[in-house]
Amino acid sequence: MSSSFVQVLQAVLLVLLAPLAAGFVATCKARLQNRRGAGIWQPWRNLRKLFAKQVVMASHASWIFRTAPYVVFTATLTAASVVPALLVDTPLSMTADVIALVALLALARFFMALAGMDIGTAFGGMGASREMTFGALAEPAMLMSIFVLSLSAHSTNLTTMINHTLNSPFALHPSLAFAFVAMLMIAVAENGRIPVDNPDTHLELTMIHEAMILEYSGRHLALMEWAAMVKLLLFATLITDLFIPWGMTLTADPAGVVLALALWLFKLAGLLFILAVIETGLAKLRLFEVPEYLSGAFVIAFLGLLSFYMLEVGV
Amino acid sequence: MTAAMIQQLVDGLAALMLLTSFALLAQHRMLSVLNWFAVQGLLLAVTAAVVAYGSDNHELYISAVMTFLLKGLLLPWLLWRVIRELHVHREVEPLMNTSLTMLLALGVTLFSFHVIQPIEKISQLMTRDSMAIATACVLLGMLMMITRRKAITQVVGFLAVENSLFFAAIGSTNGMPLVVEIGIAFDVLIAALIFGLFFFQIRDTFDSLEVDAMNAHLIHGDDEE
Repeated sequence: MSSSFVQVLQAVLLVLLAPLAAGFVATCKARLQNRRGAGIWQPWRNLRKLFAKQVVMASHASWIFRTAPYVVFTATLTAASVVPALLVDTPLSMTADVIALVALLALARFFMALAGMDIGTAFGGMGASREMTFGALAEPAMLMSIFVLSLSAHSTNLTTMINHTLNSPFALHPSLAFAFVAMLMIAVAENGRIPVDNPDTHLELTMIHEAMILEYSGRHLALMEWAAMVKLLLFATLITDLFIPWGMTLTADPAGVVLALALWLFKLAGLLFILAVIETGLAKLRLFEVPEYLSGAFVIAFLGLLSFYMLEVGV
Repeated sequence: MTAAMIQQLVDGLAALMLLTSFALLAQHRMLSVLNWFAVQGLLLAVTAAVVAYGSDNHELYISAVMTFLLKGLLLPWLLWRVIRELHVHREVEPLMNTSLTMLLALGVTLFSFHVIQPIEKISQLMTRDSMAIATACVLLGMLMMITRRKAITQVVGFLAVENSLFFAAIGSTNGMPLVVEIGIAFDVLIAALIFGLFFFQIRDTFDSLEVDAMNAHLIHGDDEE
């Protein structure tokens, strides 16, 4: 197998598995709450239904509203295709820079907020303002927690960082534990999950993501939702890349790729199950407590940075 | 276990110590403050035991057990009884908002790291890395004392400072002589008991545990005379 083939394979897998991952979380949650749930294929059924439906648009909608779903989906797709999932060193690995990745996600966020405000409904503007407020707090925290890893790998390139983790001997790293916790908190917030946002409903006054896409219908809504699902899987893959990369293959031979695929799916299932447990166990935070939650994540990431300098530089 | 493993373990415990100091600052409720305080005491006991194992210093085992009983169980229980009887378990009421306090705390940690860095270079102990963190924890405890309104939270801050001093002692000299340590432990116990009595007295005299209320009362009293 050539490495370009694996590159394409992992990008396609990431996009196609995304609805299944969303369905998996929903099913886990349902089981944990003693419900049966709609099965892991339900997000795919929803997407198929939405793609078949007619688009209804407000008469005031401008070109921003029409193009935003495509921009959001493409930006998320680009980000997803760049992140290494199976093979460490892919042809696109030079572009797999963490800062570029965060910028791509910020682009998607920017257009989603613009689209939310474009129609001029109260909910859209409210959702956009909340998203930008929380985004401004979440992004530095995310970068800070990634920088903890970059410091020891001397690079912000994902491939270099993964190679560094794979090649360094086993040791207890308190800084990594801090970075991991901060990253989990940010991933929960960025994907609009409980305790920050509730993904199951658009009937809450404190909704964030759903408020922005409330006016979308048909294929536009399908693209927006699909992008959100891809983002969830993207964050899960990013966390496995950064903190538990063991099992990723260094060469593109079939046996290694199959093993890496199996381990990747296993790690994803574990992370998504943890997410389902968190969502079942916690209540949603009051909206005004979310900045405190996010600054808590920032503080933890910063503690990781400090403890790296205090405890690990001299060792 | 090798020396490198023990050093990593001590480093990890030091990082957790720092985390508990930040957590103490970030809590809103008295009960969770006490829980984190108990966690800090337990961490301290574990650190003492690990350092005792690593440095083959048997006296440290005794102080580890003492720390566990006193700081992990007895002091939190005493304080818990006080807050239950005084009904002050609701809010902590910081003077500044939490985000600002956390930013200050980060600044304080950076500062202590900067100050300790030259000292670390000349030390040969396996616990030298934890000195910066111990200093940071002392300053964070002081920060807790000056940013809280209720007398009881200030006392928790004071006890946290004492915890960090003990941690600094383990880190910088592999523990103090046992006699000194027993003395300090009893001092802290007596201090906690006296504080407990004080809380009741303060509440009876001023109808509140807020330090501002005491000031206002005293100034007002002066005006009357």
